[in-house]
Amino acid sequence: MIPTPDLSHLRPEDYEHVYEPAEDTFILLDALEQDAEQLKSISPRISLEIGLLLANPFIRSGSGCVSSFLGSITGSSAVLYLCTDINPHACKCSIATGRQNKVALEPVNTSLAHPLLARLHNSIDIILFNPPYVPTIYDEASGAQKDRDIEGSWAGGHDGMQVTDKFLPQVADLLSPHGRFYLVAVAQNNIPDIQRRMQENYALESKVVLRRRAGGEHLSVILFTRTK
Amino acid sequence: MVRLITHNLLACHVKGCTSNNFPLEFKDVQVVLRESEFNPDFLRGFIPKIEWTALVGAARELGDTSLPDQPPEMLDDDFLKTLHHVLLEIHVEEGIMICPNCKHNYAISNGIPNMLLAEHEIG
Repeated sequence: MIPTPDLSHLRPEDYEHVYEPAEDTFILLDALEQDAEQLKSISPRISLEIGLLLANPFIRSGSGCVSSFLGSITGSSAVLYLCTDINPHACKCSIATGRQNKVALEPVNTSLAHPLLARLHNSIDIILFNPPYVPTIYDEASGAQKDRDIEGSWAGGHDGMQVTDKFLPQVADLLSPHGRFYLVAVAQNNIPDIQRRMQENYALESKVVLRRRAGGEHLSVILFTRTK
Repeated sequence: MVRLITHNLLACHVKGCTSNNFPLEFKDVQVVLRESEFNPDFLRGFIPKIEWTALVGAARELGDTSLPDQPPEMLDDDFLKTLHHVLLEIHVEEGIMICPNCKHNYAISNGIPNMLLAEHEIG
């Protein structure tokens, strides 16, 4: 049993900018713990957590919680833990969370992975993404994300896939030959359709590695890997 | 926490800026040194991902001249310790990174690189 990262350093004012970990964070942590041996066996050198428009409806990916947890599996000095977030406050929280949990997290204040694409083609071994997935009206999503404030994380687009759809092509470009990409999704995202598109467009195989009902939501973690 | 390992992975991503957009040049930097755990296996595994010339250049911009022009063939502990220090223990806390091509400025504040672009700069 790997303990949940210590977030006691985060103050109420931090939670005005990043969300407190909730069920969609915990299901991702549990999926990583379940895959601990496979994660170690690929000897990862670079991981990337996309904090994305801040976090989302019930999660606060911007706090560095997921990468810190990964660090306790794969070793604090064995991997470069990159974390991107569009929200600078989330980046600050990531540094603090890393220090609190003795894992050096490297936050980059950016949207998705744009400044890393030129250098990290087929180079990232573990990619973690808990996107804003709750369906909203399209205009609300683009407006909120432009504000780069907390609303951005609530706005997932018309089927909750607007942000995820922008990132999937980047995943295909960044993932290393033995890399593993973990995506949190809800039933409304049409998970079979995501899996089919990733296979057809990028030859990425996938399977749902964990499924859970949390309140009114059906949460899943999908693992994508390159076709052998 | 802009360490040289991260700087070695960041390229300018302004719309249309696709060549000579790496490495970003440092300006007006404040540097802090922080010790970190030495892990030779990590370094050996990471060396193939490094753009060596960019790393040597960036280290020299920050006043560290300990790296050779080319990585040695024998990766002994002395070399790996030097590399460890340059990659992982030099933190740029404040400053600017400038694209050598389009001259876009990316600010570093409290150790966080701001790589966000305005709407019209996004590709």
